[in-house]
Amino acid sequence: MLGLNKKDTLLFWIVAALALLAPFILNPFPEGSSLAQMFNAGYPDLMQRFVIFGILVIGFNILFGLTGYLSFGHAAFLGIGSYSAVWMFKLVGMNVIPAILLAMIVSGVFALLIGYISLRRSGIYFSILTLAIAQMCYNLAYSVLGNPSSNFNLTNGETGLQLSLDDARILGESVTAEGALPVTNFFGLAMRSSYQMDVGGWLFTFNAGYYLSAIIMLVSFYVSIRIFRSPFGLMLRAVKSNQQRMNYTGLNTRPYILAAFVISGIYAGLAGGLLSSMDPLAGAERMHWTASGEIVIMAILGGVGTLIGPVLGAGFNEYFKNILSKINDNVLHDWLGFLPDGFENLLVGFLHYFVGKGWHLTLGIMFMLVIIFLPGGLVQGGQRIARLFRRKKNSDETQQTPAE
Amino acid sequence: MSKSNFTRRGMLKTSALAGAGVALPTIFTASSAAAYMNEPKGGSVTLGFNVPQTGAYADEGADELRAYELAVEHLNGGGDGGMMNTFSSKALQGNGILGKKVEYVTGDTQTKSDAARASAKSMIEKDGAIMITGGSSSGVAVAVQGLCQEAGIIFMAGLTHSNDTTGKDKKANGFRHFFNAYMSAAALAPVLKNRYGADRKAYHLTADYTWGWTQEESIAAATEEMGWETVNKVRTPLAATDFSSYIAPVLNSGADVLVLNHYGGNMVNSLTNAVQFGLREKMVNGKQFEIVVPLYSRLMARGAGENVKGILGSTNWHWSLTDEASQAFVKSFGEKFGFPPSQAAHTCYVQTLLYADACERAGTFNPCGIGEALEGFEFDGLGNGPTLYRAGDHQCFKDVLVVKGKENPTSEFDLLEVVEITPRAQVEYPVDHPMFAGGALGACNAG
Repeated sequence: MLGLNKKDTLLFWIVAALALLAPFILNPFPEGSSLAQMFNAGYPDLMQRFVIFGILVIGFNILFGLTGYLSFGHAAFLGIGSYSAVWMFKLVGMNVIPAILLAMIVSGVFALLIGYISLRRSGIYFSILTLAIAQMCYNLAYSVLGNPSSNFNLTNGETGLQLSLDDARILGESVTAEGALPVTNFFGLAMRSSYQMDVGGWLFTFNAGYYLSAIIMLVSFYVSIRIFRSPFGLMLRAVKSNQQRMNYTGLNTRPYILAAFVISGIYAGLAGGLLSSMDPLAGAERMHWTASGEIVIMAILGGVGTLIGPVLGAGFNEYFKNILSKINDNVLHDWLGFLPDGFENLLVGFLHYFVGKGWHLTLGIMFMLVIIFLPGGLVQGGQRIARLFRRKKNSDETQQTPAE
Repeated sequence: MSKSNFTRRGMLKTSALAGAGVALPTIFTASSAAAYMNEPKGGSVTLGFNVPQTGAYADEGADELRAYELAVEHLNGGGDGGMMNTFSSKALQGNGILGKKVEYVTGDTQTKSDAARASAKSMIEKDGAIMITGGSSSGVAVAVQGLCQEAGIIFMAGLTHSNDTTGKDKKANGFRHFFNAYMSAAALAPVLKNRYGADRKAYHLTADYTWGWTQEESIAAATEEMGWETVNKVRTPLAATDFSSYIAPVLNSGADVLVLNHYGGNMVNSLTNAVQFGLREKMVNGKQFEIVVPLYSRLMARGAGENVKGILGSTNWHWSLTDEASQAFVKSFGEKFGFPPSQAAHTCYVQTLLYADACERAGTFNPCGIGEALEGFEFDGLGNGPTLYRAGDHQCFKDVLVVKGKENPTSEFDLLEVVEITPRAQVEYPVDHPMFAGGALGACNAG
């Protein structure tokens, strides 16, 4: 279908089904139960983050997974995309399409510039260059271009760029009739509007913004499959396996890598634009080097160089980040209430260090476990499970090479 | 390659689908069943406590969370009732809010606007929180206040001292009990003049975000008015932990006063660095070198230890106040946690009580009703004396404390002494004061 082979088509449909049915899949526990309060993730904000960070890491994977160039400054493009989109909301109007387009264009231009400079080096030097440039962007956004008392306040510093009632919005209204800020919309369909479905004890939320992001994610995913399977993708892989040999055959590889860098920058800008479309505020922390590191972590968690890995890695990271930081001692007491008192307090006292403010620690441990036992990321875990079942069915089948 | 066949039937199907797609928006503008956002339906009501649990302000966040826990306990009729007994409004019964049991969810703002918005959104969308409160950074407070305005939720600001929170970024759904940078400057300037004279050269080190900027602006304006000269203003990143590279230039600048527009972990580190560099023993221009920390808290004093002795600053509230309300609060907080509360804990506790009381008086959880109940509300018995919630900008007006690091502390908590209680009249300003101009409350939003 659509120029995909059978296996890729299946993969695409799996991702499509996961994305479109997410409100059901992510809300496995009935509303009101204590498990639901903690583990249900089927609320608009988190679902949007799943797919938006999915887009970001899919794009990152085109660069890192195919060419092996580890960009440590990818968050800069996310931030640039976010700021561009918010400026579009401030100056032009609240429709998300122009904002997303501008975000992609601006981040693409930045990627071209940054890529042109940093791709003169490879390996660790490339990573350091991208890291340094991204930190420069961060500092510009945080401090230099963001002081409200100066005449040129592009980013509004630490507070983040926000909409205000006196923005121009030449193609829309500055203030709604009720005196509020207009909301971001897709030709009139508000991004925050959602439809809630009550089924028995369950409550499923279908959010317009989520579905827009999910569809864009699917398109991005499709494009990424096509790139992986194209001659261009093959060239990038060749760069990864031995760039020197490519050069000796008389082939100039830099344009190919630069193209991959720009494409992945545009993906990041798209993700940034979408983030701002869902919630029109752009903060400088989005560009901080820890945010760049998080992108690398998501890619490695899911499985570098695989098609579905980025989506899984982004989902895993965002889910645990949100869930763990919200568990507090009260919740723990609720769960462990069935234990004898002394033991309960001891256990809560111990677990206290792993939840709430300790969410970094737990996420770090999980990351280490995945890297140590599944160096190929979550995708490798899935393959192992699949192989386990296959072996039961027909044990004589020869072992397959791992899927992409 | 793909194959596509256009048939009449296929076209019909596609256009029917497209038609349904166009019609969707009208179906999908749901959630109009409730009268306002997150209207509580069952026997309980959920409040969202969004505080920094990691980052430069984590200590303040932890104390805020304790205060919220205590406030919820008191609202539900547990404990000794704390300041509910001294509060001038008697609408609260100790049976929750409007008869509904108070429950709460917590989140980590990480002292970052982005993370704070994500956390607040999850409280609103997932947990059905009817009110968000907390924050220990003005950047975060401004960002979350904006979010709550858009979502149709009340935001009761926690510790936020920037002029912008109720100035250029004020919102109809946001309310602040804490004082602000302008008030600090107005209270501090006369004391500084008395102690250090009218001929001083000040050097500002400022946390590089909305709070730092407005505090620097306020302090510089107030001190320049009484004759001081501002030598330099240097911005430092909020995430910085080592300030020695910023302190060294102070020595050669010819300044004889260092103003640290830092808070929390920032201030602890910068003050420690400044003392290590021997600034306090220096004589410059024939005068003793002085350090001023305009916004002070006990938690910071504790973090900085010996170094705070004799250093002047201002604070919203201090546990050593002897009025009945403060005593009641210190008692119930101390009994539960074993140490006295900080100013952050105080303002958060008070905000929760004020919100609950406004719900009771309005008879609804509707943000617009609550807004009306809070606007222009005069109250007493919450530790700051008679206080007014001004309708024009949703800022509380009350006395401001000027404090000094104690020379001979008697315990690890007894670190600050109150130098002067500046009366409310001295720190008041008009709604359209230039430092607060440029924003509008807008209309209240009920979601």
